[in-house]
Amino acid sequence: MRTTFIQELCLQARLHPEIFLVVGDLGYSVVEPFADEFPDRFLNAGIAEQNMTGVAAGLAAEGYHVFTYSIANFPTFRCLEQIRNDIAYHRLPVTVVSVGAGLAYGSLGYSHHAVQDIGILRQIPEMSILSPADPGEARACTQWLAAHPCPSYLRIGKAGEARLHETGELRAGPLELVSGAGDCAIVATGSVLKSALDALPALAEKGIMPAVYSLPMLQPLCAADLTPLARYRTVFSLEEHLLAGGLASLLRENLPEGVRLRAMALPDSVLGVVGGQKALWARAGLDAPSVARCIEQSV
Amino acid sequence: MLMTGTHAFARDIRREAVKMVALANASHVGGALSMADMLAVLYCGVLRVDPAAPEWPQRDRFILSKGHCCSSLYAALALRGFFPMEELEDYGKDGSRLMTHISHKVPGVEFSTGSLGHGLPFACGRALAAKRRGFDWRTFVMLGDGEMGEGSNWEALLFGAQHKLDNLVALIDCNGMQGMGEVDGILSLEPLPAKLRAFGWDVRQIDGHDHGQILAALTEPAVPGVPRCVLARTVKGKGVSYMENQLAWHYRSPNAELLAQALAELEPEGELRS
Repeated sequence: MRTTFIQELCLQARLHPEIFLVVGDLGYSVVEPFADEFPDRFLNAGIAEQNMTGVAAGLAAEGYHVFTYSIANFPTFRCLEQIRNDIAYHRLPVTVVSVGAGLAYGSLGYSHHAVQDIGILRQIPEMSILSPADPGEARACTQWLAAHPCPSYLRIGKAGEARLHETGELRAGPLELVSGAGDCAIVATGSVLKSALDALPALAEKGIMPAVYSLPMLQPLCAADLTPLARYRTVFSLEEHLLAGGLASLLRENLPEGVRLRAMALPDSVLGVVGGQKALWARAGLDAPSVARCIEQSV
Repeated sequence: MLMTGTHAFARDIRREAVKMVALANASHVGGALSMADMLAVLYCGVLRVDPAAPEWPQRDRFILSKGHCCSSLYAALALRGFFPMEELEDYGKDGSRLMTHISHKVPGVEFSTGSLGHGLPFACGRALAAKRRGFDWRTFVMLGDGEMGEGSNWEALLFGAQHKLDNLVALIDCNGMQGMGEVDGILSLEPLPAKLRAFGWDVRQIDGHDHGQILAALTEPAVPGVPRCVLARTVKGKGVSYMENQLAWHYRSPNAELLAQALAELEPEGELRS
């Protein structure tokens, strides 16, 4: 996803002379195409995220659309107040990009597990929050951001994510990938969407055919955006994020009345556990067999 | 060349700031008064600004990082005509845009602060934008000395030197006091001039109440490729005898009697002499 993001950012920077990329000394072998093509609109701010974010706000106040780029929690938690006060309150066009959503850097340990970021950033209502599930969605999100410069957060995976579906232009609300048959649906955000799709054959064997939606645009989101979900009796949320404040919370606040929500999110017990992303998904109950089991037991 | 009228302007800033703080029963008058002379010199001719066009693209940018001391900046802006003087009476009132930490919703204000350590990184970004686009306007940022405890400022000091931001001037209002006491007794910055020089800045040490020294520090040509830091030694509460160097005036608001005394001391015949 990160390579797709940079490729698309280069394309957009040719169209939008105001696009500026600031990295926090991360992105080796990823960001060079941008740096080489747009040296006047590129900066390595060093290992100093508070200053990086303040500088980005200053550049944005002068008309640039700035993308700050780092990994995991570094461009968000370390400089959260700069995001809140400098960027969001002033409504400046800065997009904070974090690579390594969820447990993508699982083996690197707790510092690199970005599993609370959605909940934290949702508390800043000026921020648009985009959470693509695959490279196609990452491309669509980048296009949307270039067309809508605003305080925003782009939460992307790392590398090698499977392409899960054909993505058109990004729009608000859930994107229907599988129409299903019955009265339940899965709504996923981020690359864990793959577990939902991979769970479908096992569920079909049991006669359960849920619809599957991806929700890359988490904020802004209003109740009207979720009216397509009114037809289901049960909606299963699926996210690589702690339960508090994430996708499940978002749906619980906005789902049409009468729709039952069953949340599949990271349990607190996964905090601090180290391992590959797939192993951690299994441990946390977010791999395809776990998803199938959860749905089978609930329907 | 010392501009005429800066002392009278500084006195007017102080009078308005003290009245505003008293009327609003607000805090932070001490730090508002310590930087009043620098504001007077800045807004009496150093800053290239147009009160009739606060967002004129070629203006100089002034950022107040010690945003809690905004009463004197609001006063300076109103006195210069950025907004009506009468609005100063709304300072800190319900629904007013003149909130008691500096607000960018007020004409002439570039940036809202209130949490410390935010102004200098932001100023670096603006100065860098001018560099990248070849503009000749300058960026000025006013910090407090207590505020220099924030790590973000030291990140920005590294950044300013690294990117040769010689179009950036950081003024540090060194009144020597912070929320709970003297800076030296809490997180001492000294030797601050040597530290800032070691960080690669052109450091000018001045008496922050001497208008001639302030003017020189702000207008002497930049050393090419080197950002400037003006270390201004000041007196917290300067100009009102009972407030000077008294920590309590970080918090207190003058009652009617004390306000009358302050305004009497700030009458033209009591004009400050550097």
